[in-house]
Amino acid sequence: MQKIEEITGSGIPLLLDDIDTDRIIPARYLRCVTFDGIGEHAFEDDRKQDPSHPFDNPAYQNASVLVARRNFGCGSSREHAPQSLMRWGIKVVVAESFAEIFFGNCTSLGIPAVCASPDDLAKLCSAIEADPTLDITVDLEGLTVKFGEASCPCTIPDSARNSLLSGQWDFLSQLLEDKDGIAATAAKLPYLSGSWS
Amino acid sequence: MSQNLFNKVWDLHSVGTLPSGQTQLFIGQHLIHEVTSPQAFEMLRERKLSVLHPDRTIATVDHIIPTQDQARPFQDLLAEEMMSAIEKNCREFGITLLDLADHRQGIVHVVGPELGITQPGMTLACGDSHTSTHGAFGSIAFGIGTSQVAYVLSTQTLAMQRPKVRRVEVNGELGPGVFAKDVTLYIIQQLGVQGGVGFAYEYAGDVFDRMTMEERMTVCNMAIEGGARCGYVNPDETTVEYLRGRPMAPQGDDFDKAAAWWLSLASDSDAEFDDVVKFDAADIEPTVTWGITPAQSLGVSQAIPSVSSFPESEHFLIGEALEYMGLTEGQPIEGTKIDVAFVGSCTNSRISDLQEAAAIARGNQVAEGVKALVVPGSQQVARKAQEEGLDKIFREAGFQWRAAGCSMCLAMNPDKLQGAEVCASSSNRNFKGRQGSPTGRTLLMSPAMVAAAAINGVVTDVRKMAEPAAV
Repeated sequence: MQKIEEITGSGIPLLLDDIDTDRIIPARYLRCVTFDGIGEHAFEDDRKQDPSHPFDNPAYQNASVLVARRNFGCGSSREHAPQSLMRWGIKVVVAESFAEIFFGNCTSLGIPAVCASPDDLAKLCSAIEADPTLDITVDLEGLTVKFGEASCPCTIPDSARNSLLSGQWDFLSQLLEDKDGIAATAAKLPYLSGSWS
Repeated sequence: MSQNLFNKVWDLHSVGTLPSGQTQLFIGQHLIHEVTSPQAFEMLRERKLSVLHPDRTIATVDHIIPTQDQARPFQDLLAEEMMSAIEKNCREFGITLLDLADHRQGIVHVVGPELGITQPGMTLACGDSHTSTHGAFGSIAFGIGTSQVAYVLSTQTLAMQRPKVRRVEVNGELGPGVFAKDVTLYIIQQLGVQGGVGFAYEYAGDVFDRMTMEERMTVCNMAIEGGARCGYVNPDETTVEYLRGRPMAPQGDDFDKAAAWWLSLASDSDAEFDDVVKFDAADIEPTVTWGITPAQSLGVSQAIPSVSSFPESEHFLIGEALEYMGLTEGQPIEGTKIDVAFVGSCTNSRISDLQEAAAIARGNQVAEGVKALVVPGSQQVARKAQEEGLDKIFREAGFQWRAAGCSMCLAMNPDKLQGAEVCASSSNRNFKGRQGSPTGRTLLMSPAMVAAAAINGVVTDVRKMAEPAAV
């Protein structure tokens, strides 16, 4: 698995609070057996209702740094939400805060989800709007977001940061390792062993 | 050492610490359904992995199934494909599937408890955020994404960050017409949709002590809407009696031994918590959401709040919510016109929910122009309701009586709002577009309030409606 130390790309601003997973990917697109093609449908209903939606703006079509506000990704545990963003082209999300399950899903997919202050997010968005081609670098090692001449700090829980930096964000190989430990834990559980102490 | 239940159960299931610092947590019970499992099984195939404990995963079908014409193949070919996928996956990997032909099938968070699969002291995971429902039994139950479903299938474990624990107490006595749904909506309104992030919730206090298991499930179901990963209620005699005799619960002597163990898991009387909040039951009214997040709610006797009553940073969001919902500041919520009424969902589709709605519906008629449907949470709930004649009460009142499934909660099956319809709903989310129309509008409330709204055609204070005397 690839170590993720920093990500550089242009930005796409979505400065709204409480963007839920039903908006990120409408439920009708969960009727699928693979995630192929789900990227096209990101924010589909919001885009239909708002012709000026950033995801339809030609200036942002190559963006990989999504900037959002509070409680991004709230609602469902559906992994289809970060999958649709990832397949649209997003490689990192910078927001004021994240819903927990969404955050965990992003990390499992190797998408850093970092937090910044409302003021810094506003500056970042202004910079993107002024120049959509501006390169933004999210540095997980140094915990900064650099945009042009400016930069701001960002935060991410240690465990997610460690996973991304070490390349072990795909947890499956780690979880598969301790077979003895797994069996020993199972043996202690009264509802599995049948011995209720 | 005194411990709360969460820490007892977490410690019991910890396999070890991973390099990232997260815990490798054993998952005692895994539930799957047709929407979040196909890609997980594909991951297993790609990596040539098998299911480690096939007997610890149980599957059902609920999200995409129709609640009317269930003939196969389904008219919706995508839904049909998903059904075939779960059937094939369960067959190939040796997992029990409660499909439509199985009389135990239903919404995953209804069937787990009613079959005695969900038990105190377990860790339980499912690819669905309302998995928090099962915490009502004193288990650690939480929603996971599809990749995580693959982790549980192949290793029976997950990488999890240990949350803090907040005790949420509600003391006193709930007034007439105030139900578990109102309690959970009130807590979310008070603490906010993000209030619980990083926390597991222990729901406690007089009100919870008195609640039935179904009521506890309704509250725990919406823990996630308040940002909490999971929520639980300490197991007690109510829990034990609910589980007695259930098919997948321990039987005979084992049951009594299990019951003793279950009761021992409850938080010690001097257990510590990272935070404690307390609420007074007397402050809780029948509650209705007015906005586009589950926290945007108010008591039915109240008026829609003004934009200026919120912090300035919220003004844009509140204004947007009011505009979307077609509501005005200062307007009473009572009297808001509805087009559709939906009793159902994993929040409120159990027998007691149907009984509460039927008590209001009996002898009345659904208002002209209102489409009303009742969707039992499982085939077992449907049978019980039919034994009690509830289906007849609903049909005579003009409600449609449907087959079990997630239905209109979430737009993945034929039951959807059309255009800008306003729906009085006993479900759990009122996000824009949630119920199937990008412009559809949802008012969350209890099943009794849904029935009251259906009859009057407008949001109604259920306390003002007389229940007909029992026959």
